[in-house]
Amino acid sequence: MKVLVTVKRVEDYEVKIKVKPDGSGIVTDQMKYVVNPFDEIAVEEALRVRDASGSGEVVVATIGVADAQQQLRTALAMGADRGVHVLADGAVDPMMAAKAFKKVIEAEKPDLVILGKQAVDDDQGQVGAMLAELLGWGQGTFASKEESLESDAEKSKQPALKIANGRCDVVREVDGGLETLSLAMPCIITTELRLNLPRYASLPGIMKAKKKPVQEMKLAELVQDASARVKVVKLEPPKERKAGIKVPDVATLFDKLHNEAKVI
Amino acid sequence: MSNVLVIVEQAGGKPKKATLAGITFGQQVAQKGGGQLHLLIVGPGAAAAANEVAGYGAAKTYVVEGGAFENYLVEAYTPAVQAAAKACNATMIAGAATSTTKDLLPRVAARLDAAMASDVTAVIDAKTFKRPMWAGNVTATVELTSNVKVCSVRVAEFDAPAQGGAATAAEKLDVAVDAGGMKAKFVGRKEVKSTRPDATTADIVVSGGRGVKSAEGFKIVEQLADTLGAGIGASRAICDAGWVPNDLQIGQTGKIVAPNLYIALGISGAIQHLAGMKSSKTIVAINKDPEAPIFTVADYGLVADIATAVPELIEKIKQSR
Repeated sequence: MKVLVTVKRVEDYEVKIKVKPDGSGIVTDQMKYVVNPFDEIAVEEALRVRDASGSGEVVVATIGVADAQQQLRTALAMGADRGVHVLADGAVDPMMAAKAFKKVIEAEKPDLVILGKQAVDDDQGQVGAMLAELLGWGQGTFASKEESLESDAEKSKQPALKIANGRCDVVREVDGGLETLSLAMPCIITTELRLNLPRYASLPGIMKAKKKPVQEMKLAELVQDASARVKVVKLEPPKERKAGIKVPDVATLFDKLHNEAKVI
Repeated sequence: MSNVLVIVEQAGGKPKKATLAGITFGQQVAQKGGGQLHLLIVGPGAAAAANEVAGYGAAKTYVVEGGAFENYLVEAYTPAVQAAAKACNATMIAGAATSTTKDLLPRVAARLDAAMASDVTAVIDAKTFKRPMWAGNVTATVELTSNVKVCSVRVAEFDAPAQGGAATAAEKLDVAVDAGGMKAKFVGRKEVKSTRPDATTADIVVSGGRGVKSAEGFKIVEQLADTLGAGIGASRAICDAGWVPNDLQIGQTGKIVAPNLYIALGISGAIQHLAGMKSSKTIVAINKDPEAPIFTVADYGLVADIATAVPELIEKIKQSR
């Protein structure tokens, strides 16, 4: 099974993001960058699918600045086989990303493509479904599984995606429950948080990753008219909440809610 | 002239309450862009649901029914949206952000080569919107420069639509879908049955985190919710642990809620959780840990063990009635 998986370089989600005073961007001094957490889950699922099939490879693709190679190397250290780096310095909106990945996929011809359901920087959550449309493929967004992340099924490291006879069955998280789709392959999958627990890169994995091949190309070579049509005009901090009060006991809490806020 | 098409979701002939936020957004964009509002309802029961949304000043409601639309499949719904957008010459296509529109609208955007803004929280003008980024730690103003634009709309940020104007007429739209040619087949759905109000539209939400200690311990959350007629929610940690169904998760990557009253029980308040509830009008937090970040957004904080504090609170509420 040949699986293509995408990763994005994002600001560490543990760090509180601050806006520059002029609203032109965020403060990035000493910023730590990581693989988008949904993409780590995508890489993990791709590795499990490859390993369960007994053959094939996992190709990891990214779009971003030269330093995004660090995130590609992280995915390679987890166990992906090789990388594709689409170099882009300027703003990339979701449609541009989808158009670029389409070109990469047409060249690579994978059986399955897995993406994170959203990147935790722009929180747009669009690329997977856009890519499926551009390719004319089926899509299984928000892939999850019925078993919990503390279940034996997860501990066994089996893929959650059920692949047989050229079809991929995917359990999706939807409002009000879970839904199962059967998709003709190749298809697009986007990952929900509860699909799996991604592995850490081992030290031997990190050493091996340094020698794994990474092919570089430029965004402008893949996408004509490469300018973002989602233009970020300005950024600002959200309205802060006023600090509240601590109450000493349940009786006071009830009194405040009943007589002051009048909410119960 | 920029006409607006809003997708209204329905179940059994009734519009889903959460999706009415999309109509409010549509009214605002139509007014600011000098265009007309149109609605689209798809699936069995769409015609009946159209009657329920006839009072919101839309120029027309398109109704698409038929066997191919019985279960939501993106490959059937995309051509339905495309047909309605063409019929009303829409330059804005929108819907309340739900698991359906998050799957559907990006695909529609790609088909129409449109730029899209997700989770819009405010309308500046017909092409400029506010939306959250970085888990709500940043509010961005974005401009969509494509001819056709697509937006999903954050339910918690838009009030119910204004009533007015002549009753909207429904028009049946025939959309041919080759069901056999679709890449996806619907296999089944496992619904989490609940008699409680949906957290995204409930007036009060009671939510539980690690502090409930176990699946059994979550009952305390449900008991307070049922005393108040509230919806329920949960932190990511206890959804991942399998103590509660996944669809209860509130946060950056789960449901976004903004009720009148949000009660967080045993929730520490990670940034990702705060992103999903900090627009609530009044926030109450009960947690054993006085340093828990949830207290930085709580209007009323109580440092206490929920196992003893919550039953006491339930008793007080019952006595007051």
